[in-house]
Amino acid sequence: MFGMLRGIWDYRGFIVTSIKNEFVARFARSKLGGLWMIIHPLAQVAIYALILSNVLGARLPGIDNKYAYALYLIAGILAWNLFAEIVGRCLTVFIEQGNLMKKMRFPRIALPIIVVGSALLNNLLLFAAVLIIFAALGHAPNMQMFWLIPLTFTIVALAVGVGLVLGVLNVFIRDIGQVMPIVLQVWFWFTPIVYSINIVPDYLRGTLDSNPMYPIVAAYHNVLVYKVPPDFAQIGVVVLIALGLMLLGLFLFRRASAEMVDSL
Amino acid sequence: MTLLAVTNVGKAYRSYRSEWQRMARWFYMPVKATEEHWVLKHISFSLGAGEAIGLVGQNGAGKSTLLKMITGTLQPSEGKVQVNGRIAAILELGMGFNPELTGRQNVYHAAGLMGFNVNEINGAIDDIEAFAEIGEYFDHAVRTYSSGMQMRVAFSVATAFRPEILIIDEALSVGDSYFQHKSFGRIKEYQKAGTTLLIVSHDRGSIQALCSRAILLDGGTIIKDGPPEEVMDYYNAIIAQKENSVVEVNTLADGGRQTKSGSGKASIESVTLYNAENAPVEYIAVGEDVCLTIKVKINVELPELVVGYVIKDRLGQDVFGTNTHHLKCVRTDLQQGEVLTYQFRFPAMLGVGSYSVAVALHATDSHIADNYEWRDLALLFNVVNMSKGSFVGLAWIPPTVECK
Repeated sequence: MFGMLRGIWDYRGFIVTSIKNEFVARFARSKLGGLWMIIHPLAQVAIYALILSNVLGARLPGIDNKYAYALYLIAGILAWNLFAEIVGRCLTVFIEQGNLMKKMRFPRIALPIIVVGSALLNNLLLFAAVLIIFAALGHAPNMQMFWLIPLTFTIVALAVGVGLVLGVLNVFIRDIGQVMPIVLQVWFWFTPIVYSINIVPDYLRGTLDSNPMYPIVAAYHNVLVYKVPPDFAQIGVVVLIALGLMLLGLFLFRRASAEMVDSL
Repeated sequence: MTLLAVTNVGKAYRSYRSEWQRMARWFYMPVKATEEHWVLKHISFSLGAGEAIGLVGQNGAGKSTLLKMITGTLQPSEGKVQVNGRIAAILELGMGFNPELTGRQNVYHAAGLMGFNVNEINGAIDDIEAFAEIGEYFDHAVRTYSSGMQMRVAFSVATAFRPEILIIDEALSVGDSYFQHKSFGRIKEYQKAGTTLLIVSHDRGSIQALCSRAILLDGGTIIKDGPPEEVMDYYNAIIAQKENSVVEVNTLADGGRQTKSGSGKASIESVTLYNAENAPVEYIAVGEDVCLTIKVKINVELPELVVGYVIKDRLGQDVFGTNTHHLKCVRTDLQQGEVLTYQFRFPAMLGVGSYSVAVALHATDSHIADNYEWRDLALLFNVVNMSKGSFVGLAWIPPTVECK
């Protein structure tokens, strides 16, 4: 464990330049550059808003902004995007970097850390854009927003836990890489992001309650839209699940990393 | 001091009935692999400071696997690799370069990947830029580089910091010949400073020029470990080896090793060097007219026979070689029991030193196709300077001189 931490510390320069380079390279030679990172999720929001706001707009209780639905959507997507990006990229990071892992000796734990770093950077930029949009829609920032810091870390922990477990398994069983995008789609719709929880029929509530992303997205809604603190009991459970998954992921990663290179 | 000790290392790729069984093993469940495929077994050797060792072997002999275990990207299944010091590998130059980034940014990235922090790289970046000599391109995106320029940058980073062990795979041919000389110079310089070189190459020349020792891998084990010349001879013999042919090594009177291989369909009876007076000689003078006589016995009916020879210097580097295919003296439809005598006459335009002759009997112009017999060190002779003025080098190329 300490070896892993020391490896990360020794390679901090590499991790930082990797995150930076990834960012620069992704938008090299595009006119709008980093703006695309914000445009994509916002376009998603705009599409849902256009199609669904008339249906759902009136049903958001406890908020009297006429753009209520848009705010609700944006808050949920801010949380989901971070989760989906980390899971999706952890899933394939070992396969994509297989050649590098075979040829160079470096602490392999750096790879998921780079993924997390660049996802956090993207999320931070998206958050800045969200603040501006919220202000433009007449929804001023408030002190509750500081809850987003621990919430972000909870998402990261949960996503790294899921992503690391699946990413390691995906090296050996590639079907996981194929099935996960579908699972993520289903997961997205089973999380109250584009709809509100009170339109869900009772028999599905139980299913939703067992979704660890639900309390997090609900907390984002509380903090960003309703300006109230999150529900700590629910978040606490998620934190425990996330830590458990992360430990499982690290365990798998440590046990499998020698064989991983053989299989790549 | 031992920089690298490889002790009884082996590598097996295991397969399981299903991947779930493999995973069960991570949770300490006793699961047996259904199949073990050993690609390397019982590899042991050690390297001291400043040594240079060549690693040779056919494709699939296990060279790359061994290198990966030495660099640490692969874990050995048995045995131990002990490394004292930093290893740098020029395995795949330009690994991890991002084409959209500039040379400079890629240098930071690549050096970071080697484990250096930003301060250390800051200290070396000017040297790297100067060594690569690609001018203002250093700050342009790598996608605009020619492959040679990319190689230059990659080599400069890979060797920017002197490692204790430097692994060089194939790619000594970095960029143009100017840069090749330059990179070669740097490698030599590091070696003098105590870096151990581990060179993987098929090129006899570079192995013999750089290495003091060579290791031959075949079928996943070390089959020869010794002086490069001897190992390379054996390696060539293996390449030329056909089915049901033998490789035989004889120890000569002077302690050298003679390697013989081939199918034996024709055999070399004798190899002798005669001087102008038709007397067999061991010492010849620079520029003397000599005759290399090779007696060949045909053991089974042969459609075609080509006889070739190579004169090598004491380091085993080729000085001159030709064969009867190129000399337009190919014999066809030979009967069993026939004995042929080939006489190659030439002036010995050679520098002072000891030389050896390797002789090969084969079917076509290449000795790979059907090798009847191949014999290294078939003849040894010495060249002495008796009448010419003093000169250096392998060849006697007498000039005339004028000064205006």
